Amino acid sequence: MGYPHKPHPKETVVLSQYFGDPDARTFKGWTKRGGYEALAQALKMQPVEVVEVVKESGLRGRGGAGFPTGLKWSFMPKEKKKPHYLCVNADESEPGTFKDREIMRWTPHALLEGTAIAAHAIQAEVAYIYIRGEFTEPWTIMEKALAEADAAGVFGKIKIVLHRGAGAYICGEETALMNSIEGKRGNPRIKPPFPAAAGLFGMPTTINNVETLTVVPHVLKRGAAWYKGLCLSNPKSTGTKLFSVCGHVQRPGNYEVTMGFPLKDVIYDMCGGVPAGRTLKACIPGGSSVPILNREETERTLLDYEGCVATGSMLGSGGIIVFDDSADMVYQIMRLARFYAHESCAQCTQCREGTAWTTKILERILAGQGKTQDLDLLLDLSDNMTGKTICVLSDSCAAPVVSGIKKFKNEFEDYIAGRRKPMMVA
Amino acid sequence: MGETPLVNLTIDGVPISVAPGTLVIEAAKQAGVLVPHYCYHPGLPVAGVCRMCLVEIEKAPKLQIACATTVTEGMVVKTQSAPAKDARKSVLEFLLINHPLDCPICDQAGECELQDFVFQEGRSGTRYAEYAKRFNPVEDFGPDVLYVPNRCILCTRCVRFMDDVAQEPVLNVSERGDRAYIGIHPEARLDHPWAGNVVDLCPVGSLLSKDFLHKARAWELDKTASVCTGCSQGCSITLDTRDEVVVRVRPRPNLDVNQYFICDHGRANYRWMNRGDRIEAPLVRRGGGESELHATDWDEAFARVLGILRGASGKAVALVSPGASVEALSLAKRLLSAFQWTGAFQIVMGEEAPLAGVPNLALRAERAPNAKGAEQLGYTRDYDAAVKAAESAAVVLVLDDPDCPVQTAGALIYAGTVLPPETACRAAQVVLPIANVAEEEGTFVNRDGRAQRYFQAKPAPGMARPAAWVLGELAAALGVAEAPR
Repeated sequence: MGYPHKPHPKETVVLSQYFGDPDARTFKGWTKRGGYEALAQALKMQPVEVVEVVKESGLRGRGGAGFPTGLKWSFMPKEKKKPHYLCVNADESEPGTFKDREIMRWTPHALLEGTAIAAHAIQAEVAYIYIRGEFTEPWTIMEKALAEADAAGVFGKIKIVLHRGAGAYICGEETALMNSIEGKRGNPRIKPPFPAAAGLFGMPTTINNVETLTVVPHVLKRGAAWYKGLCLSNPKSTGTKLFSVCGHVQRPGNYEVTMGFPLKDVIYDMCGGVPAGRTLKACIPGGSSVPILNREETERTLLDYEGCVATGSMLGSGGIIVFDDSADMVYQIMRLARFYAHESCAQCTQCREGTAWTTKILERILAGQGKTQDLDLLLDLSDNMTGKTICVLSDSCAAPVVSGIKKFKNEFEDYIAGRRKPMMVA
Repeated sequence: MGETPLVNLTIDGVPISVAPGTLVIEAAKQAGVLVPHYCYHPGLPVAGVCRMCLVEIEKAPKLQIACATTVTEGMVVKTQSAPAKDARKSVLEFLLINHPLDCPICDQAGECELQDFVFQEGRSGTRYAEYAKRFNPVEDFGPDVLYVPNRCILCTRCVRFMDDVAQEPVLNVSERGDRAYIGIHPEARLDHPWAGNVVDLCPVGSLLSKDFLHKARAWELDKTASVCTGCSQGCSITLDTRDEVVVRVRPRPNLDVNQYFICDHGRANYRWMNRGDRIEAPLVRRGGGESELHATDWDEAFARVLGILRGASGKAVALVSPGASVEALSLAKRLLSAFQWTGAFQIVMGEEAPLAGVPNLALRAERAPNAKGAEQLGYTRDYDAAVKAAESAAVVLVLDDPDCPVQTAGALIYAGTVLPPETACRAAQVVLPIANVAEEEGTFVNRDGRAQRYFQAKPAPGMARPAAWVLGELAAALGVAEAPR
């Protein structure tokens, strides 16, 4: 849903407080709202103190993996022998996810402030914000905001650089992003070495998601205890999280809730449920790379890192894709596989060939030419594509295929047995 | 000298100790275990992309690639466990779905790592039925390199060679996903002086040498260890022969000289070894005023030479090829030990072409394999002075230097592979037919003083014999050397 719109009463508004407020985009407007106070506070602290506060808050990465942010920062060398870098992953390309875009559109200074604090915490002199190529509006807004903040001199010795991607999904993978900034082809690198040892330009590097860094000023200002207190379920998942809801719901959009909030309440209350006369069929809770949930699982899932794992999926990036009973799951899964086949960087054999082969089999099933053994073949290929490659793109293609066949097998069998009208997919 | 303690590990049940920092794939080699692989090559940076070398390592949560994992103390590696074999089998299946399987017309067949590993542990049938395979037309990459994209498995060895070793980054991976192929810069050619190595590095038949195209099947070739004669670097090579004809030159790994590479000059430097216009019999002067050279047997030729040597005294000059073996050069000097001796050689010069990524490796300007060996034996580079000295010498021996402009009042003995053209050497009293480098074994000393042995790849034509045998027989008859065995 577009902004401005009033937050739903059940939302916990922290990051999205100024969404829809154009005045908050300006440096003046942002400082009027208490902006850059946390940065000034952080610059007076020792880097290690900032790291401790963030560790204490329980903040975990919002990009998908959920790695504890403070712990990640603490991996950077304590004794600085080489330049340190901070990379900000604003290459939000995960299908179904559009939270970072809104953060950059409405609160660019929140991101810049969080970036500068993180740079200070890891002793980086340069921070690169890698913005997805298609994000034209956020790019313009970020450029303007950075120019204003630079003119005001709030960053001290820290230099923030905006880097625009060219639109490849894989450049959102942390090491591919670093290659891309370096001017190389956006291919993920083999690990080890991990970025904290040798990242951007071979130097110690930390990479964080936009949403993660936008949280940091709030943590510093209001304290780790306050942030830790934002928790409805598992104490390992703290704070609020922006969820981008799309698909078959009455009011799609970004919703900010406290960790542990029930998924069904997001879908039914905040988003107004599925269109009238339809019923919920399935849901992908964390962006296209995580396993699909059926209705029963969806309705008992709690939105935090552990809650999504408990029902067999993952919190991922918080991109919630909702399917009602009109959705053709075979077609939906084929579209996801096709996306991964298109975006595979072509390095690893399993991914390069497997994503494309998976897509071809699904297309053939949809065209009414599927064979009984195709489902076993898809599962076997998915198994061969999981846990064997440099990055997880290949695994991400396999996840919806495996969960889709497991949970919606009858739909596949209907196409194969000829009970469903073939679909022409070009 | 402090010794670093070795790391102990077990690979397929074989206990082994290796230096710290060794990659599992290299440690496995030392344990006698070949981990199947495509993208890994010891002469290139690690890419870790083909995923073929996945192995099981105890206590690791998932399979690891042997090419990018360093050994740790107590590590237990299993290359033949069910998960590892299944993973490799699936990689082979993925590699084959878009592969044309045109082995019957592919130059690589018989020495193809895709073919080998599929036979070893791949599937016998395909599950990729009824789908079209990826097709891209053959591309002309450079003077000697063709790219057949349909056979490509995108291991990126060629790209890494050009990027990191040749340091002329003209190749890349273009496109993404299963549309990917090896691309070349639109305004560039693969014409780097060392570019031909991409053909050897290619584990499949995707990069082909135009020179070798459809010339022979791999299983028809005999392979002989040799040393390149193209320059003074002395790269280790293999001479591939089919039916006693040299058809291909390939690098032979030698970490001290050329690592895994040879230059294109050396690679193309073999056709002369197959020349048909060879001297096939000893020749001696006969007829009125001894005006004509006539074919004879070795006994008469030796008798003539010995007659000349025993009947002369004073100055002797040896004008030799810097491509002759140490053995021949040594005997040529000893044969003339009763004389006041001068020996010299001349070197053809060319342009130097270094391989940027490897220290002390270049196509050297001095295009001769044994100049250093000749110098160490006392031959000089002052060729002109020696030619001048030869005018008044009692005996002149020319060793495989047919264009030598020598004019002498004394006796001229010519030992060579080919008959001199209608020039000075045609005036020889005796002509002794000798073998070329592919037809004998011997030793060269490269520019860094490294003595390296080369071996016989094919027989010499007719009655031609290795120069060391010819000169050795003569020296033995004079009592200045032991008879050759």
